Amino acid sequence: MDLSAINPVLLIASLMVAATPLLLAAIGELVVERAGVLNLGVEGMMIIGAIAGFAISVETTSPMLGLVAAMIAGAVLSLLFAFLTQFALANQVASGLALTLFGLGLSALMGQSYVGVKPPAMAKLDIPVLSDIPVLGPILFSHDPVLYIGIALTGAVFWFLKKSRGGLILRAVGESHDAAHALGYNVIRVRILAIMFGGACAGLGGAYISLIRVPQWTEGMTAGIGWIALALVVFASWKPWRVLLGAYLFGGINVLQLNLQAAGIAIPVEYLAMSPYLITILVLVIMSADKSGAPASLGRTFHASQ
Amino acid sequence: MSTPLLSIKGLTKTYPGVVANDDVSFDIGTNEVHALLGENGAGKSTLVKMIYGLVKPDSGTMTWNGQPFAPPEPKAARASGVAMVFQHFSLFDALSVAENVALGMENPPAMRDLARRIRRVSETYGLPLDPNRTVGDLSAGERQRVEIIRCLLQDPKLLIMDEPTSVLTPQEVEILFQTLNKLKAEGTSILYISHKLEEIRALCDHATILRLGKNVGECVPADTSARDMAELMVGDTLQTPTRTTEKAGDVVLDVSGLTLEPTNDYGTTLKNIHFTVRAGEILGIGGVAGNGQDELLAALSGESLTWPDSIKVNGQDVANLGPNARRELGILAAPEERLGHAAAPDLSLTENALLTGAIREGLTNNGFVNWSKTTEFADTIIKEFDVRTPGNHVAARALSGGNLQKFVIGREVLQRPEVLVVNQPTWGVDAAAAASIRQALLDLAAGGAAIVVISQDLDELMEISDRFGALNEGRLSDLRPAAGLSIDEIGLMMGGAHGMEVAHVGEEEKEGASA
Repeated sequence: MDLSAINPVLLIASLMVAATPLLLAAIGELVVERAGVLNLGVEGMMIIGAIAGFAISVETTSPMLGLVAAMIAGAVLSLLFAFLTQFALANQVASGLALTLFGLGLSALMGQSYVGVKPPAMAKLDIPVLSDIPVLGPILFSHDPVLYIGIALTGAVFWFLKKSRGGLILRAVGESHDAAHALGYNVIRVRILAIMFGGACAGLGGAYISLIRVPQWTEGMTAGIGWIALALVVFASWKPWRVLLGAYLFGGINVLQLNLQAAGIAIPVEYLAMSPYLITILVLVIMSADKSGAPASLGRTFHASQ
Repeated sequence: MSTPLLSIKGLTKTYPGVVANDDVSFDIGTNEVHALLGENGAGKSTLVKMIYGLVKPDSGTMTWNGQPFAPPEPKAARASGVAMVFQHFSLFDALSVAENVALGMENPPAMRDLARRIRRVSETYGLPLDPNRTVGDLSAGERQRVEIIRCLLQDPKLLIMDEPTSVLTPQEVEILFQTLNKLKAEGTSILYISHKLEEIRALCDHATILRLGKNVGECVPADTSARDMAELMVGDTLQTPTRTTEKAGDVVLDVSGLTLEPTNDYGTTLKNIHFTVRAGEILGIGGVAGNGQDELLAALSGESLTWPDSIKVNGQDVANLGPNARRELGILAAPEERLGHAAAPDLSLTENALLTGAIREGLTNNGFVNWSKTTEFADTIIKEFDVRTPGNHVAARALSGGNLQKFVIGREVLQRPEVLVVNQPTWGVDAAAAASIRQALLDLAAGGAAIVVISQDLDELMEISDRFGALNEGRLSDLRPAAGLSIDEIGLMMGGAHGMEVAHVGEEEKEGASA
């Protein structure tokens, strides 16, 4: 065992990379759930984003275009869910599960010719001067732009929900769709926009895995991150900063346990592999002990019957 | 009279199978308090939803100050000066008072300014309210203040109030009326929807009466007797339930030191409740909604278990017995919510009859359902309680509220309970059905059952109960004989005015910043 092989600076820098796809998917789902919709299709939208982003950036050799394509692909797939649940009034749980299965299948089909292909590399955002600072430089100032977008998005979502009129309406719709309807707000429109935002975020998170974190395409490569994002939203009590904390905690322990495995620590690999899940859930359960419940209309179908 | 503020001509709205409004016409003048009177299901709510832009009429026209008026959505109605205080469904529990108010406004100011304006208006009109509190923690009366203040901040020309007094104590009602009169003096017209005749007589200048979607008459309430208005509203002479006074027997139900935490976040804690009910006696429990009624029913029916010895029936401790064990002992209950609590919406009437009747009626046999006996029981309920339904196979949700209510009450009454607890037995039920349900309860008591009636309808409680008490913030007032209780005494038992004050408008200059 050689713990000195673990470089703390690299560890922190790589945990931020590991956490970003989870953060993006979870922050999107948080907005969807605050609007009162439970979309279990996060995993499916992520993997569609992963392959769409990968394919477009290989074809155009532009990683940026790939990321945009991933967001569009995620949002388009989420429209299917929006149609099923908001117009056809289908059950949200069943529709979300179907979306995940559909996304996994479709991405495998689309990705057949991309296995083993190397995507164009995303340039890191090397901020002059700042990234040369020892320790802080590599940790904070020499990442890819998407990672910063993830953090900025968390702040933006926090501000939107807490301070803006649009956020107030979104929360109102999630809290009681009947009351929001009675006051004259268009419940369906608010929810569709939220669902599309969630789809775009999940798509971006998926593309981050296939273009930046791994970077290659393999079938089913999101490997359950979408499900973790769903759990994270619940354990974070639907609060944006807690989602960020949970994602970084999860990413951090994941990176740490991989490092420990490589260092040959005398703990069975299975225990190390389960540790990120256990510790993240434990911490967030303790934090969610305060009284802050789910949006009251979460998962309920709205139909303007009056 | 000059041009009316709002003139309605021939409004018609049809839903599949129901004509909600059939050629309704009337005028609301400026500075007028206009009553819209009718039973549940008479079409009052649909009519005001058309004025508020939530529902589009099939035909007919409205004019507002002489101009054509057809709001496509509530936003347009609000812009014209229509504001509405809803009966249900328009507040958000998890949001603060200020956020709730902001959601009902077109162009709300920044939160800090809004909070200041809410404070000012609430003080001016004697409706104390803290803008930062979470609405879910407020009492029913306070929630209504939120709605009223939300309307007042928009300087409405027409204020629509849908059954505003159902959640208030008599003292609060009186203060609300004074506030409404001040508003009227300031030039606001009010459309006041109610089925409480005395209130309308006290407050309104003019009344329009709806029955089955049709305008069946107009009157000046002050010059018309309550009985005449009731008969216009019901279209029939009213049967008042009759009671035969029996001497009360031994104590059957004995509740002492009952304390119970609520099961949901925004429930009420029951605090140290004591009472006894004798055989043949009806105990009426009043109080404004949300003061522990649901929790009391849950404790008595066995849905919530309580500390040992807090509930005894015929001397036996039942506090830790569940609903089925209590049914076996003859303790039955009918909760307030018909669909989803008293009856399973998608099950047939027969299946619903089985759900509570299985034990006392012997409808199961070694775990198998005796369907012929169950069907017979369901048919008996339908026949004895005059439930209007195509048959016992119909799903509970397909019945109208009044018919389903007769079914769920009948189901318990016909099981010959020793103790029966009902919550809001005639809520949302038309007058004839309500009278028959009350008669059934009186007959049951005459047969020697001990009955607890929890209700927010004070007239109902005065009509049928022998003794009366009120729940206020989870505490039960002292019990008093119902005969001879004055409305003032009842109001004080319910908690009085809860800090409401008479509007101060006119005493001090109204600040002109409200524009």
